[in-house]
Amino acid sequence: MSNLYLADLSGELQQEPIRKGFGRGLLEAGKRNENVVAACADLTESTQMHLFKEQFPERFVEIGVAEQNLVTVGSGLAAMGKIPFVSSYAAFSPGRNWEQIRTTICLNEMPVRVVGSHAGVSVGPDGATHQMLEDIALMRVLPHMVVICPGDSLEAEKVTLALAEDKRPAYLRLAREATPIITTAKTPFEIGKAYVYNAGADVTIITTGSMTYQALAAAEKLYKDGIEAEVIHVPTIKPLDRETILKSVRKTRCVVTAEEAQAAGGLGGAIAELLADECPAPMVRIGMKDRFGESGAPNELLEYFGLDAKHIRLAAHHVVDRK
Amino acid sequence: MNRKLSVDRLETVANDIREDIIRMLEHAGSGHSAGPLGLADIFAALYFDVMQHDPKHPDWEKRDILLLSNGHCVPVRYAAMAHAGYFPRKELLTLRKRGSRLQGHPERTKLPGLENTSGPLGSGLSQACGMALAMRMNNELHRWVYVVMGDGELDEGNIWEAAMLAGKEKLHHVIGIIDRNNIQIDGPTENVMPLENLRGKWESFGWHVLEINGNDVEAVIDACAMARAIIEKPVMIIAHTIPGKGVDFMEGDFHWHGAPPNHEQAVEALKELRTLGGRIRSEHE
Repeated sequence: MSNLYLADLSGELQQEPIRKGFGRGLLEAGKRNENVVAACADLTESTQMHLFKEQFPERFVEIGVAEQNLVTVGSGLAAMGKIPFVSSYAAFSPGRNWEQIRTTICLNEMPVRVVGSHAGVSVGPDGATHQMLEDIALMRVLPHMVVICPGDSLEAEKVTLALAEDKRPAYLRLAREATPIITTAKTPFEIGKAYVYNAGADVTIITTGSMTYQALAAAEKLYKDGIEAEVIHVPTIKPLDRETILKSVRKTRCVVTAEEAQAAGGLGGAIAELLADECPAPMVRIGMKDRFGESGAPNELLEYFGLDAKHIRLAAHHVVDRK
Repeated sequence: MNRKLSVDRLETVANDIREDIIRMLEHAGSGHSAGPLGLADIFAALYFDVMQHDPKHPDWEKRDILLLSNGHCVPVRYAAMAHAGYFPRKELLTLRKRGSRLQGHPERTKLPGLENTSGPLGSGLSQACGMALAMRMNNELHRWVYVVMGDGELDEGNIWEAAMLAGKEKLHHVIGIIDRNNIQIDGPTENVMPLENLRGKWESFGWHVLEINGNDVEAVIDACAMARAIIEKPVMIIAHTIPGKGVDFMEGDFHWHGAPPNHEQAVEALKELRTLGGRIRSEHE
C-alpha cells in the first residue's frame, strides 16, 4: 500500500527491539510536554525508561520491586494532571496488579499508561514465568482501557507519542528481542486504526505486534501458492477498528489471526467475537493454545509453538479450503 | 472556603453525621455501620476545620485532597459532604439505589468532591504518594493529601509498598489517618491478623507517628496541625476509635462491621444519638 510507506520487504530489513522505540518516544514526549512523568519497578534500563530518567530525573520515580504500588502511584500522579507512563515486565504489570488497574485506573478513569515489556515467548531463556501471554486478554476486558501492541520499534515510538496526547487509560505491550523494522518514519499510526499492509482477495490475515512481519512473509509465500492474502496490522486491539476488519472479511470470507499471546482472549478472541456478531467466517487463531511457554532461544520457541510465517501460511491454506 | 467551627459545634456536627449515617443505612437496607459511626468525629474535623476546600468549587486547584482508602466507610464521607454543602442532604437517602451518585462504594467520576474510587482495599496510600509526588514536582508547598485507612486494611501488601515509598521519598505532604477500631469482618484485628506493634511498624518504615483518641475532634484537629508542621517525614496518625461510636448496642461489636440497622434498631439508635447518649432530652421523645 503506497500511502503506508512501508519498508522494502524484499531487501534486508533492519532489526531492533520494539521496547527501544518506546524509550525514544518517551524521551521525546517528555521534551514536548513537561507534565509527562515516568515510574518504574526496578527495570529502568530493560524497559528503556533510562533515557527519560537521565534527561528528567526530577520527573522519574523509582518504585522498587512493587508493581501494585507502581500503578496506584500512577493513578495518583494522573489525578494531579500528570501524564504518567509506568513500566515493568508484562508478567508483573499487568500480571500482578490487575485489580489496582481495574479500580484505580479504569473505573476511576485515570489516564495512566501501563507499559508491559518483555511480553510473549520470545523473552526466551527466562522461561514460562517471564513469558507473559495473558496480558492482552487481561487488559482488553477492562472498560475504558486502550490496548496497543506495536509492530516494530518505529511504530512503538509513534504509539508512545500518541498515548502522551490521549486522555484514556492505556496498556502498551512491548517485546524484548530485536525484530524486523517493517515501517518507516512516514508510516501512519493513529490510535484505534488498523492498517491493510498487504492487499488481497482470498484470505484475511489479522495480526498484532511482531507477528505482522511474519504475516507479510507468509503472504509472499502464499502469493506463489496462488493465494492472495490481505494482511491487516492491528496495533490497537482495543478499541478495535471494526470497519477495516469487516470490510476485508466480507471480501475474503475467511480469516487467520496471529499473535504472540494466548489465542484465547487475545487478538484472536477479539476478532472471533466481532465476526461471530457481524460476519461469521472460517477462522484459525494462531497463538498459544492454553499452555505456558518454556525456556529456549526466541526463534526456536516461536517455531516450536507455531508462531511464525510457516504456520500462518499453513493456516491460510486451511481456512481457504474451508470456505 | 470552609468555615471554622467551635469544638462544641463540631461535636454537634459529628452527631448530626451519625444520625444521617443511621438513616442512610436503614433506608439502603445494606452497608457498613460500625466504621462510619466511629469515623464521624474525624470527618467532622476534616471537613469543618482541618482541610482547605470549597464545597461550591470541588475542583478548586488549591484544595487539600482527602482520599478514603477503606471505601466501605463512605457513608460517613457522604454525610459529611452533604453537611458541608457539596450536595443536598435529602440526596443521602439515595445511597446504594439505582441511578444514585452515592454508590455503595465511592466512585470519583459519579460525585464531584470525591477524590478517588475505592472499595478493594489497600490502594489509597499509594495514590496519596502519587499525588504528593506530583505536588512536589509542581512545587505546591501548601497543599496536603489526607488519606483515611482502616486498620483491617493494613493486612494488604499494597499498603506497605506505599509505606516504603513515602518513607524513602520523605513525602511529608502525605498525612495518613488509620481508623484503629480493632475490628474487621472476621473478628478482632489481633485475632484475624495481628497488627501490633503498629506504631513500631510505621516508625521502622520512616514515618513519624502520632497516636490520638480518634473520637475527640479537638485531638484530631491538633494532630493534623502537628502533622502539617512535620516536614522531615510523612506522618501517620493512629486514631483510636470505637466502632459503632454513639450507639450503645453497636459499640465495639464486630458484627456491626458490615451490617445496617433494621427499622427498630434505627429508631433506637436515633433516639440515643438525639439525646447525645442521654445527656440531653430529646425533643422527639
